[in-house]
Amino acid sequence: MAKNYSKNVMLHYPRLLTEQPVISNLIKMYDLTINISRARIGQDEEGTMVIEISGLKKNVGEGLNYLKEIGVTFKPISKVVRRIDSRCTHCGACTAVCPAGALVIEDRILMEVQFIEEKCIACSLCIPACPYRAMEMHE
Amino acid sequence: MAKTIEEINEKIRKKKACVFTAEEIITYVEEKGSKHAAEEVDVVTTGTFGPMCSSGAFLNFGHSAPRMKIQKAWLNNVPAYGGLAACDVYIGATAIPEDDPANKIYPGRFLYGGGHVIEDLIAGKKVVLRATSYGTDCYPRRELKTTVTLQNLNQAFLVNPRNAYQNYNVAVNLSNRVIYTYLGVLQPNMANAGYSSAGQLSPLLNDPYLRTTGIGTRIFLGGAQGYVFWEGTQHNPTAERGKNGVPVEGAGTLAVTGNMKAMNPRYVRGVSMAGYGASMAVGVGIPIPILDEEMLSFVAVKDEDIFASVVDYSGVYPKRESGIVARVSYRELKSGKIIINGKEVISAGLSSYPMALEIATALRDWIRGGDFFLSGKVADLPDVTSGQTFKPLNCQ
Repeated sequence: MAKNYSKNVMLHYPRLLTEQPVISNLIKMYDLTINISRARIGQDEEGTMVIEISGLKKNVGEGLNYLKEIGVTFKPISKVVRRIDSRCTHCGACTAVCPAGALVIEDRILMEVQFIEEKCIACSLCIPACPYRAMEMHE
Repeated sequence: MAKTIEEINEKIRKKKACVFTAEEIITYVEEKGSKHAAEEVDVVTTGTFGPMCSSGAFLNFGHSAPRMKIQKAWLNNVPAYGGLAACDVYIGATAIPEDDPANKIYPGRFLYGGGHVIEDLIAGKKVVLRATSYGTDCYPRRELKTTVTLQNLNQAFLVNPRNAYQNYNVAVNLSNRVIYTYLGVLQPNMANAGYSSAGQLSPLLNDPYLRTTGIGTRIFLGGAQGYVFWEGTQHNPTAERGKNGVPVEGAGTLAVTGNMKAMNPRYVRGVSMAGYGASMAVGVGIPIPILDEEMLSFVAVKDEDIFASVVDYSGVYPKRESGIVARVSYRELKSGKIIINGKEVISAGLSSYPMALEIATALRDWIRGGDFFLSGKVADLPDVTSGQTFKPLNCQ
């Protein structure tokens, strides 16, 4: 079966759901592939998890509906971390801390910093590392 | 044949001056040869844009009614120095509000400081002025609170005691915990390195012996025309140099000034360094007149010919001990990776090369368009023959 659709989302787990096998259910019930890039979930605490969900478009939709029904809220990663381009000076300080290769200088003559949103895992390390406060998190 | 500043200015007046940036001149010299290029080229423009903590501004608000001799003042809650005449203050780039938690919540974020106040003023924003005093017969008022804008101030000029550092340290962290420095967040065990210089575009790296840059030199400052008014603090012309004469550590510095009312907030930015403090990034560009072949040889300097010293900011630097980890070139630093003792270390800058290039290009276009004339210097800065060093402070 062709897995032709994928989505990067940030999940927000309410406290009561942190001990449920939510990811396992997504995989088994909807035939999805889940790639976890970041997770911060403790016992008796709220949590967040950044995942890439891939599979048939219909299954991805149903899987996300399942999350909604059980009370896990989510939003697309591209809306989680944003760069305010007017504040970015392309100094490159963020490129030393970004673990995902989302903030990179590809052209080493021009030295401009690219923000490749699809690669961002919303780890938030770039936010305090940016002296010009160009990176913003919308959790 | 040697040229004079007057001859170059005459060409600028006729819009016939041959001007290149310090990046463009490198390929020009490679193509045309240095003798030909020295005859053809009149001016080479440089640029730099990075955090420069020793920056600030003098402001005059005009007198309130009744009059007040401002003793303590705050702009958007950031303290300014009021130990001057009645309604003059100096706001420093690194000042932070008294209620900022600083590093009590480690690492502090330092979201708003003096540099941000200066940026907001230049951007035309309203800034809240609060002041207190003790009252005198001629200045009876004891407190005031109002809003001010740059346009309504009598004078507002940047006075930056130390800018345009001629080369700088590269910082690494040899300890086993993360450290927060003015050269960025440094991961343990030398995982990354922070540097801050525009390398081949940087003003004083293109005039290593300060032959044409001195007191009175007209420059690009924050998007306006400003001036060098003195040697900068910590000016150290006798710092160690490479065989090509270019310093391999922090060396010369400049004190600069300019009218804030003519500046552009794009080139004057408040800076927040996590765990370190607030500061201000300033855009500086200096024109270098190509008086002869020697000046041309200076401005043709390339990133691979400029070396910087790698220093451990977890040990040697805070303790003020001597010793470096390595020397690396700006070509290596700008590649994003440097090799130190066989280990690959990620390198990232705090000084923006694209902004430095934008400034050098803007200054080039001003000169080409006849809008900026060279001033020459009215006095020399202490140079390599002066014997002047950078002395430490001895205390108990």
